Amino acid sequence: MAPRQRSTGLSRVLLGADPARRAIYILGMVPAVWTFYLGLTDQLGADPQNTLERTLGLWALRFLIAALAITPLRRLGGPSLIRYRRAMGLVGFYYACLHLTVYLVLDQGLNLAAIWADIVKRPYITVGMLAFTILVPLAVTSNNAMIRRLGSRAWQRLHRLVYVATAAAAIHFVMLVKSWWTPEPALYATLVAALLLTRLWFHAQKRLWPKPKPRPVSRPVRAEG
Amino acid sequence: MLIRRPSDIAPSEITPHRVYLRRREFLTGAAALGLIPGLSAMFPGNAQAAPLAAEPSPLSTTDEEKTPLASVNSYNNFYEFGTDKGDPARYANRLTTSPWKVKIDGLVNKGADYDLDDLIKSARLEERIYRMRCVEGWSMVIPWVGFPLAEVLKRADPQGSAKYVTFETLVRPSEMPGQSGFFQPLDWPYREGLRLDEAMHPLTILAVGLYGETLPNQNGAPIRLVVPWKYGFKSIKSIVRIALVEKEPPITWKSQNAREYGFYSNVNPQVDHPRWSQATERRIGEGGLFGKRRPTLMFNGYGEQVAGLYAGMDLKANY
Repeated sequence: MAPRQRSTGLSRVLLGADPARRAIYILGMVPAVWTFYLGLTDQLGADPQNTLERTLGLWALRFLIAALAITPLRRLGGPSLIRYRRAMGLVGFYYACLHLTVYLVLDQGLNLAAIWADIVKRPYITVGMLAFTILVPLAVTSNNAMIRRLGSRAWQRLHRLVYVATAAAAIHFVMLVKSWWTPEPALYATLVAALLLTRLWFHAQKRLWPKPKPRPVSRPVRAEG
Repeated sequence: MLIRRPSDIAPSEITPHRVYLRRREFLTGAAALGLIPGLSAMFPGNAQAAPLAAEPSPLSTTDEEKTPLASVNSYNNFYEFGTDKGDPARYANRLTTSPWKVKIDGLVNKGADYDLDDLIKSARLEERIYRMRCVEGWSMVIPWVGFPLAEVLKRADPQGSAKYVTFETLVRPSEMPGQSGFFQPLDWPYREGLRLDEAMHPLTILAVGLYGETLPNQNGAPIRLVVPWKYGFKSIKSIVRIALVEKEPPITWKSQNAREYGFYSNVNPQVDHPRWSQATERRIGEGGLFGKRRPTLMFNGYGEQVAGLYAGMDLKANY
């Protein structure tokens, strides 16, 4: 029997060894491929560019929300899915990249003057670009090598920026619509707000009611008779 | 005692599922062809798509490709049915458009409560092919069927003090799902307004159809305004009231957000909406996924006819 080949090389670097994590990366991109296919075959309705752009943006937000939900889920007694958090966050970032690419290339036709004017003059685009810009260093440092290099405390501090990025992404969505009382962005914004508030709550809990630290063992424990 | 008998219906006689799913289309089609007399009365909301005879108008835009009907009737902003652009096409078939009354009152000598059919019968219907530019940055070219608003206004005989015209859309939460429930995007009724000279302009029409047929409900059946040199939201849908007034009337989007929407809302590539540029637009149905934006024209390309209405006005201040 031939020895089973260990997966090495690029796929391992990109997707990791854990099959569940691989599934997140691969299945996570299915909506992107599917929507793009629908667009190419003229099945995205009257305004295919806009539908593609919005769908990709929405999936970016969904994956960021999923990543943000993992810690509260565990603290509230649910399963610990922490092993999948990086995959969720990265897939969210990939969607943000695609969303931005569609805006820059298909929507604006790489008209740099128009794009720059949009970024400085249109608050919802400014906020969206802010969200994306924050995600870049987070994505770049989302690997074990960078955690080791930065040290886990510094890494953690850096990655708290994902709160800002996700909040900005949700605000970007809310600001895009003409009436504040539009169900979809309002619901996503509420969800993000709730997830961020749980952080605040956990933090306050730690401050206000600190758990007694276990006493340091100062003497060698001796069996007493 | 339970008596079981074999079914005497052969499987081949059963309507295939996919045909069953299209039963309404079949019935509506049959009704339209007159195969089933009286059927259209059973589906009042679906008494759509009756052919309308109309004469071509010299005021039509003829040098541009028309937007396909499938896009015109599936991509709509009509918040009475929901805020998603697919909502109107999904839900507007619930709307009963017959009978329909349009009230004309306010500062007029001959107010009226028109039955829509009488209003249409008394008019000479024309086909007007117009560009339609939405404030959101997309546009279409639509062959409307309608008649000048001026005809109706003249018949009502405005009083000397009348300076503006105000319009109202139907409020009927039982048939308009956007008007009920927790998420109410706007205050109802939807209101719009024009200065009297804008309303009397020959380009301003009341449309009762498009593509040679009565208006689809999602496009504002049975009667709507079309003002081609202004952003689409000015062209109010499913009108139940037209009133002449002395002062500039409140309009829905301006009341909602005065910084973003003005009373005039003339298409103007030089005055940006605070949240997006108005310099370019995406023509629906043009180029698909890889379609390019095209430059937006001053007054949506109708400047030659309408610029005079705004002579001496600062269009940046009066956006």
